Amino acid sequence: MAKKEEHSSHQKSEKKTVEYVLRLFITGATPNSIRAITNIKQICEQHLKDRYSLEIIDVYQQRAIAEKEQLVALPLLIKKAPLPERRIIGDLSNTEKVLKGLGLVS
Amino acid sequence: MPPIRKKQPPIKLLPKTLTGITGLDEITSGGLPAGRPTLICGAAGSGKTLFSLEFIVRGATEFGEPGVFMAFEEKADELTMNVASLGFDLNKLQKDKLVKIDHVHIDRSEIEETGEYDLDGLFIRLGYAIDSIGAKRVVLDTIENLFSGFDNQAILRAELRRLFGFLKEKGVTAIITGEKGDGSLTRQGLEEYVSDCVILLDHRVTNQISTRLLRIVKYRGSVHGTNEYPFLIDEEGISVLPVTSLLLESEISQDRLSSGIVSLDNMLGGKGFYRGSSILVSGTAGTGKTSLAASFANECCKKNERCIYFAFEESPKQIIRNMQSIGIDLKSHVDKGLLEMHASRPTLHGLEMHLVAIHKKIKKFKPRAVILDPITNLVTVGSVSEVKSMLIRLIDYLQAEQITVMFTALTLNTIINEQTDEGVSSLVDAWLLVRDIESNGERNRGMYIMKSRGMKHSNQVREFVITDEGLDLVDVYLGDSGVLIGSAREAQQLIEATGQVLRTHALTRKDIEIKRKRSVLESKIASLQEEFESVQDQLNKSYIEEDLKKEIMEKNRTEMIDKRHTKNSGNGKGK
Repeated sequence: MAKKEEHSSHQKSEKKTVEYVLRLFITGATPNSIRAITNIKQICEQHLKDRYSLEIIDVYQQRAIAEKEQLVALPLLIKKAPLPERRIIGDLSNTEKVLKGLGLVS
Repeated sequence: MPPIRKKQPPIKLLPKTLTGITGLDEITSGGLPAGRPTLICGAAGSGKTLFSLEFIVRGATEFGEPGVFMAFEEKADELTMNVASLGFDLNKLQKDKLVKIDHVHIDRSEIEETGEYDLDGLFIRLGYAIDSIGAKRVVLDTIENLFSGFDNQAILRAELRRLFGFLKEKGVTAIITGEKGDGSLTRQGLEEYVSDCVILLDHRVTNQISTRLLRIVKYRGSVHGTNEYPFLIDEEGISVLPVTSLLLESEISQDRLSSGIVSLDNMLGGKGFYRGSSILVSGTAGTGKTSLAASFANECCKKNERCIYFAFEESPKQIIRNMQSIGIDLKSHVDKGLLEMHASRPTLHGLEMHLVAIHKKIKKFKPRAVILDPITNLVTVGSVSEVKSMLIRLIDYLQAEQITVMFTALTLNTIINEQTDEGVSSLVDAWLLVRDIESNGERNRGMYIMKSRGMKHSNQVREFVITDEGLDLVDVYLGDSGVLIGSAREAQQLIEATGQVLRTHALTRKDIEIKRKRSVLESKIASLQEEFESVQDQLNKSYIEEDLKKEIMEKNRTEMIDKRHTKNSGNGKGK
């Protein structure tokens, strides 16, 4: 599906100087998941071009990760770096809040 | 309505899962609904977490049903430590794949909500945990935390509904705990509607005494007890006390049990109490109620029967020492394991909790006799009617188990009233009354049997004496001046003894006189006899003389005849 391509395309950007390490947890191809992927992609391209790595994880495929990563609400975007770690839930449609969560606007 | 256990009709009933929690399975007639969610709600500190955790642990250890415990509040190691005191080893159970504890961490400050979301993460997590150990039981403790972690109430409510559906689909027996809300069972007012069974836990404090109570608010598709049942949390977990059957149909026994005092047994038709009966010993302070109870306990243990002694005033050691002084050796029975003594202040916890505690100990020790000494103090933790209802239930239970019970009760006034302060006198089978009798500047103990159902018993007041060798009942002295007891009785007895001596003395003197009279008479008789003999002699003499005379005369006549014959031969012709 679409997200696989996206996944690989961002692997490439990882080679450059990475400031933002982002992980997006989704659940298959639910509307929320698809919206979240589209939204995060858009935000990253707009605000963090070439400064980020994005890993998209389908929790259905790796069920054990749910406990390890303390997942409750999905979709979930975790900003691993820079610190502090932040958790952003929802389909990321509220761009302002996402940017605030990523620390891009104060 | 009491929970009446019905025989299973042939139609298919709701399958149930045994909880393993003492008493709960009886109230719910078989446990929680299998494969369905149950809500346990209550205020903070009412025992929700422990309740649900015990459900998981008992399931894993006793019924071989693995369980998942999803904790939203406490971490796994905190939980493990908290229940270690109850003897639950969660680490081992986790290692054996019987229990899985998953701590769900929700920190609001780390979370930013940006649009639509769902709780799929939780579902996946739960599903994975269930599948990984093949869980049959699930606990979510407490989902309330979700509401504090997330803002979107509409989503949460919808997801919660989905969660209940998910749990049913998974076929697990689930417990969801919830905080009690204002005016409703839970804060969200949602869980109670989607659960199939709702159990409310309460922790009530009245007069500074706390009582834990449990009530089944709803149970779809099953009969259940609706009362508030007291429960106890102790070193063995939770035990719920079902109100025992209110029907009077317990088995009865013809067996008799000695009271330990021979003279008292004699008053009770010579054999003592019936086995399984309830005995009340009441009296004012210092009349020897405890001594009576101890003597009864002693007697039971001597017959190698177990006895359990609940003391509410003195410590076991105190009782043992005090009883030693009247020759009752309770220590040896305790050492042999025949006698168990439990002392607690009535104010330790509420009345119902006392009952639960007593129940538990009786169930564990399986005694043939139980002593409660004294029940009067229980009034300090409950009203008279509460104490009465508690004692009814206790008596019911003991009767069903064929355990003899002896209560002691303190009557506060010296006037004998027809009722004890606890109003239990009508419930008991035998009622002994010990009372002070004050007269002649001293105090003595009197005892009598107020009632004793089903046996001939003495109507006499006996003096109850406590000596170094034990207890005894002495007949009171009934004299011209009324009933005499104590030293008055002894004095009277002395007087009697003196009288006895005097009388004996008088008797011997009379004897001597009689003897003398007899000898006089005898000698008189002898002389009369002599006289009679001499008269007889004389009479005899004349009689013999007469005979002799007659003989001689006869002889003479014969001779004369003979002589004439000879003459005739000479000159007969001459005639």
